Amino acid sequence: MSTAVPLVTVQAPRGGGRAVGLLRGTGLAGIASAVVIGVATIVAVIGPLVAPYSATLPNLALAFVGPTGGHVLGFDFQGRDVLSRLLAGATSSMLGPLAVVLGALLAGTVLAVIAAWRRGVADAVISSGLDILFAFPGILLAVLAAAVFGAGLPAAAISLAIAYMPYVARVLRGAALKERSQPYVAALEVQGASSTTICLRHIVPNIMPLIVAQATILFGYAMVDLAAISFLGLGVQPPAANWGVMISENQVGIPQGYPLPALAPGGCIVAVVIAFNVLGERLFEQAQARR
Amino acid sequence: MRLAFLARRLAMLVASLLVASFVIFGALYLAPGNPIAALSGGRSLPPSSLKILEARYHLNQPFLAQYWYWLSNALHGNLGISITLRENVTTLIASRIWTTAGLVLYASVIILVLGIGMGLLSGLRPGLLDTSVLVSSAVSAAIPSFVAAIVLVALFAVKLRWFPALGNGTDLLSNMRHFTLPAFALALSSLAIVARVTRSAIREEADREHVQTAVSRGIPRRQLVRKHILRNAAIPITTISGITIASLIAVAAVVETAFSLNGLGAYLVTSAQDKDLAVVQGISLVLVTAFVVINVAVDLAYAVLDPRVTLGSRAT
Repeated sequence: MSTAVPLVTVQAPRGGGRAVGLLRGTGLAGIASAVVIGVATIVAVIGPLVAPYSATLPNLALAFVGPTGGHVLGFDFQGRDVLSRLLAGATSSMLGPLAVVLGALLAGTVLAVIAAWRRGVADAVISSGLDILFAFPGILLAVLAAAVFGAGLPAAAISLAIAYMPYVARVLRGAALKERSQPYVAALEVQGASSTTICLRHIVPNIMPLIVAQATILFGYAMVDLAAISFLGLGVQPPAANWGVMISENQVGIPQGYPLPALAPGGCIVAVVIAFNVLGERLFEQAQARR
Repeated sequence: MRLAFLARRLAMLVASLLVASFVIFGALYLAPGNPIAALSGGRSLPPSSLKILEARYHLNQPFLAQYWYWLSNALHGNLGISITLRENVTTLIASRIWTTAGLVLYASVIILVLGIGMGLLSGLRPGLLDTSVLVSSAVSAAIPSFVAAIVLVALFAVKLRWFPALGNGTDLLSNMRHFTLPAFALALSSLAIVARVTRSAIREEADREHVQTAVSRGIPRRQLVRKHILRNAAIPITTISGITIASLIAVAAVVETAFSLNGLGAYLVTSAQDKDLAVVQGISLVLVTAFVVINVAVDLAYAVLDPRVTLGSRAT
């Protein structure tokens, strides 16, 4: 702690705040989306516990039997209860995108703040590095990773995090650059605050609304891409329950006139992705309006 | 267009392709075990075959030299040999590339016509139509290609029997019929995004002062829309169309698999499952190249439409 008396007391504008504060002003659609996301999160946590029947034990005698009492969504291609598989599959379907978003945001924020803070050569190197990374579409990188490391959720999640990172970093770099040129940053520097302190305690909290908005939008994309990779057989491996896997394995029922076991997980994905898209869009508008 | 801008974009193109090809080649060494194990996909091969693989990839030479041999072979159209089909990867790619190109092209036309069309309608005609486009595009933007695929098959192939559910066609006309459902499945979410961006671009331009001035000068609406609103709105519309069309190249793999189309993407996926690394590398290289080239083409189109871009003021 320095004992020098600061010449000016600077009150850095506080961004972020609590989740409730962020939600206020997103409107009815935003709140409805938050509710859908909340429900999906709860199901992801307790789904496997509350599933009424086994999600993996097949009973071929019941294959593609329609909804009956106690089995509201009927049975899948191996005679397993569709509702139980939906509930059990929520965990990997939600946890995968969460990992992708956290990875992409962490790396993207660090790079963006470093580029904005150091400017000059560091910024030029990071920015052109990011431009080059844009060359790899996420799904393609994940397929390449599956070919090399074998199919599985971790390899797919890491590939997607790497592929999404440049998008995050590009948006946040712009915001961080703007923050960097604010007078309060210069004042903090004059007072002798270390660059780590200024970045972590002031710049990052001030771009937090934008980070949260990015995370929300990315979650939807990550859910679609990860489900696609599981659908292709390169992500979560059957018999484990997962929404993407369920669509892929129950596809055979569609020509036979039993679309429900494939449509139900599809509906879950669409509902959750709409919620993340709508809420993310609102949060993004809010974050932009704030600056 | 400024030459310096063109040169910078082309330099970025080459750098992107070099890095991408390096990653694709380097995947050999990231794999658990040695490169021979990666190339053979864990199969046990007779020593004579191992010798051939070793010679083909120059595995006794330094890493960078191997990369160089591989890259210059690839540039000469030699992408190695498939370990499962024992055929030239280039031949295997050539026989499938038109399925993917046709599918992406078909979907692009759908996106451009319907996406921009719906965006224009909803942007220029506020009211019920606008609201319904807004709501339906918010929903369709969230529908993944493979979900769209099963819904379209259940509805139009199984229930109504308008279109075939699976496979390629035999001639151009039957190809079109076979590709219609896949192309719509591939286009749906991009179409919605393009429509939304078009709509908001039109709205934003229509509120501009120069448009208000033109209105007060009594310029006919047709001319107003074409010369004052569309000219400026074309810039964001071109960008979003280009970005979404480029992204179709990767998503095509999902749609081809869902509809059992014999395209590059579906083959990439089965090769990844079979650990046929030469094929995975070859197709990745082709798809990444197409993706990067389209992106650069979009950047250049953007610069033609908006000369300010070439002056070097990079958008943040």
